[in-house]
Order: sequence, then C-alpha cells, then structure tokens
Amino acid sequence: MTTKEALFKYLLRLGDTSMILAQRNAEWCGHGPFLEEDLALTNISLDLLGQANSILQYAGQVEGKGRTEDDLAFHRTEREYYNHLIAEQANGDYAKTILRQFFCDAFDFYFYSELVKSKDEMLAAISAKSIKEITYHLRHSSSWVERLGNGTDESHSRMEKAMDELWRFTGEMFEMNEVDSVLIKEGIAIDLNAVRPKWENKVKEVLEKATLKIPANTFMQRGSRDAKHTEHLGFILSEMQSLPRSLPDAKW
Amino acid sequence: MDIKQLETNFDAKLSKNENIEPKDWMPDNYRKHLIRQISQHAHSEIVGMLPEGNWITRAPSLRAKMILLAKVQDEGGHGLYLYTASESLNISRDDLLEQLHTGKAKYSSIFNYPTLTWADIGAIGWLVDGAAIMNQVMLQRTSYGPYARAMVRICKEESFHQRQGYEIMCKLSVGTKEQKEMAQDALNRFWWPTLMMFGPPDAESSNSENAIKWKIKRESNDQLRQRFVNQTVPQAELIGLTIPDKNLKWNEAKNGYDFGEPDWTEFNNVIHGNGPCNKERLGARIKAHEQGRWVREAAMAFAEKKKERVAA
Repeated sequence: MTTKEALFKYLLRLGDTSMILAQRNAEWCGHGPFLEEDLALTNISLDLLGQANSILQYAGQVEGKGRTEDDLAFHRTEREYYNHLIAEQANGDYAKTILRQFFCDAFDFYFYSELVKSKDEMLAAISAKSIKEITYHLRHSSSWVERLGNGTDESHSRMEKAMDELWRFTGEMFEMNEVDSVLIKEGIAIDLNAVRPKWENKVKEVLEKATLKIPANTFMQRGSRDAKHTEHLGFILSEMQSLPRSLPDAKW
Repeated sequence: MDIKQLETNFDAKLSKNENIEPKDWMPDNYRKHLIRQISQHAHSEIVGMLPEGNWITRAPSLRAKMILLAKVQDEGGHGLYLYTASESLNISRDDLLEQLHTGKAKYSSIFNYPTLTWADIGAIGWLVDGAAIMNQVMLQRTSYGPYARAMVRICKEESFHQRQGYEIMCKLSVGTKEQKEMAQDALNRFWWPTLMMFGPPDAESSNSENAIKWKIKRESNDQLRQRFVNQTVPQAELIGLTIPDKNLKWNEAKNGYDFGEPDWTEFNNVIHGNGPCNKERLGARIKAHEQGRWVREAAMAFAEKKKERVAA
C-alpha cells in the first residue's frame, strides 16, 4: 500500500465518521427534548458536517481522480464507507444519542489533540480547527451524561440501557491496520494505542460521576476498518444519497 | 395614579413613537394582543423548523446540507428570542407551549403545507421568508420594545435565508429539465399559500384595527401583500419562472401589479386545522415535548442534587 493510498483511506475513516454522526444528529433537528438542546445538537451536527466537508475534500485531492467531497459523500456505497460503527447506530432516545456522542467526542478529543502534530500539514490544520469545536462538544456531552446518569431513576435506567447497547461498538475505534502502520512510519497518522488509555480514563471519570457502570459483557463488535457495517448504514445512505443518485446529471 | 392618567401617559408615549417597555403600564388588551401575536410568531418559528427539517437528511450536497441546517437552527434561535420577548409580558414558556399544543395558540398556516421536493426548500426560503421579511421589517418599528429589538436581530438573518432560497431556485432554473420542472412546480404550490400569509383582506381582518391603533402593526395586510407581489414578480421573471396567476398584470397607474384573489376558503380550512399537514406538525411538536419530559425532569433533579450538595 502506498502512502497516498493509505492516506486516502485514513481520510475516509475520519471524514465518514464525522459525516454519518452529523447525519444522525441532524435527525434531531426540530425534535429535541427542549429548544436549547435542539439548538445545541444542531450546532454539533453542523460542526461535524464542516469537518466532514474539509476532510472529504482533501481525500478527493489526495486520491487524485478528480472526485469532489460531494462525489465521495453521495456516490459511494455502504461497502465503501469507513465510518466507525458507533456513528451509524440509531438515535434511540436522548440517553442513547448523548452517550453515543460522548464516546465519539472523547475519542475525537484525544485523537485530534494528537493529530495536530501530524507531518501532513493539511491534516494538522484540519485537526487544529476541529479540536476547538470538539472541546465544546465533549464538555456538552459529558455534562449531559452526568446529568442523565445522576438525574432521576428513569434517566438513570435509560442511560444503563444505552450503555448496554453502545459499549460493544467502542472497541473498534482503536483498531489499527496496514493503513495506520504505513502512515505512522511517515509521521502522518498517530498510534491509537496511545489514545486508548486517555479515552478510558476520561470515560471512567465521567461514568463515575454519572453513577454508571461499564456492562459486564465487554465483547467488542468490529468491521468498519473493512467497510463492513451494521444494517443501519444502508438506510442512512439510501436517504442521504437519494436525490443526487436519482438525477445523476443534475448540479446542486 | 388613576387608570385615566395611566392611559393618557400610554397614549402619549405611542404618539411620540416611544417604545413601551416591560415595566411600563399598559392596557390589558394591549398586553393580550402582544402575547397572542409574539407567541404566534415564536410558535411559527418552531413549527416552521419541521417542513424544512424534512429535507436536512436528504439535501443534495454537503454545502446545501450545511446551509439548510444552519438556517433551520436560526429559526430555532428566533423562536428562543421571541419566547423570551413573550415572557417579558408575564407569561411562562410552559404556558405558551401548552397553548400551542392544545390548539389555543396559532402558528403561521403556511407551515401546514408539505415539502414534497428539494425545490420546496428553495420556494420556502425565497417566498415564505420573503413574505415574512415584509412583515418583520415593519415590526422593527413596533411599539413594544423587546419585540422590536428581537425583530432587528431576526431581520438580519431572514434576509440571508431569503437569498439562500432564491439561490436554490436559480440553480434549479438553469439545471436539467427535471430540475426546472421541480422549481416551477414548487412555485405553483407555494405562491397562493404565501400570499395568504399576510392574512385576510383588510376589510375582513378582525385584529388589524387595534394593532394599527397601538402601533404594533404599522401597515395593513393588503399593503404588505401588494409590496410582496411587486418585489417577487420580477425575481421570478429573472429566472424564467411563471407566477401561477392569470390575472397578474402590471398597472402603470398604481405603479404595481394587479393580481388575483387567493382562495380564502382554503385559507380558512387550513387555519381551522384542515390543512394537509396540520395534524403532522402539531403531532411532531407534541411528541417532541412529551418524549423530552424525562430529560427535562432529569436535568431539574440533577440541578437540585447539586444545590443540596453545595448547601451541605
């Protein structure tokens, strides 16, 4: 695998995760539990979309086949998408949405904090911009995990259920393959083994405050590194891509 | 001070075009009229998030998705300022929402129409926001201070919304055959409901008289409607779209267009709950509120626990 090929795939991993999580959060727009939170989630979704846009645009340039960010977002199938499985999980109730966001935010925070040191200037610049937004996202989601975990009996049990549904998708975020080893050698990518303990500490700290426990079954699902997804992604893409695919000659 | 004196002072302020502020004395009916109007406006912003929100997950490009999401978020923000302005008249947001959910309070009837194609997102920005701006520009000079100030802020964002809507229509009108048809179809469906947004003809508008007297409203429904038509017809012509009105004709003498009469029977039907999406829109708002209850309760319970901990 050449550096260029590896970088293209690495960028898809990052861009697709932001894209799909943004798409999920956007489903809440107009339907949030109260107006202020509706606006906050929309804001997070917008930040993630902005990140996806920059990353996919760069991916198109790296690939060098003239594909734009829109070509990449709207004209790839589910077997060509590399987003983390956790990002595509259904919104469920607000507990599940918040917990999903928290796991992703905590990952992104430590991940992009490291990636600002990348030798790839563009990647370093995108990371530097993103980290400002992610800092706010993490503050928002961790405060809500604490509030819901430690709120009422109902909110606590909803958080426990969300934990049971989502925990199994957290392991694969740290999985590395040939893409990583090629890029780590070049100083472009970062070692996810170094991100993991920071993520675990943060999660432990927040869950403790939230009086929540990690589930007993800690078996981890995997697949996104090979573009093998849960059944959700096909539906997300069918909806998201329907218009550009139904009128392929149209410009928007 | 007796009532007579208070009324005289209030009228004097209005005649000097001074704003009425929350702590000022005001007649009960003025307060009631404002609560009705501002909350209706706030509800319209919030319900108005739904028809456009319907296309966020399907916007055809990343840029279009970001712009639409930002726009719908702005509407939510407008709702927030307006609820705050209403609260300055001594009514809580819970009470206002209760009025919306029980059907006691209204919202703009235009949002009871469905968004069937992507072009509808363009039509809403161009026509619906364009019509809203006519009203809101006038309301920047409304007599109640908090409402006027909220409008100044809102107007800035609305003109951006109108441009993004028109931009969508422009792109479609130079696009493929299907895109052009989509744009014309959206104009056909949204034209008349947009004209209805200005309310019934002046002769039949029950709330207008007081609103003008109190300087809450400074122009009549028909004046605003005429201005909107004058402004919009050339914009449609510029991008090759046809206004669906056989009676539309330039009238040199009045320096404006003559135009047909909207179907007021349809208007009354929609206002009375029988529009194509009344049930869906209100249903979605009620569902979000009900399903959000446990979240709001958890947040309150958590805040209480924190307070107790600080006290202990």
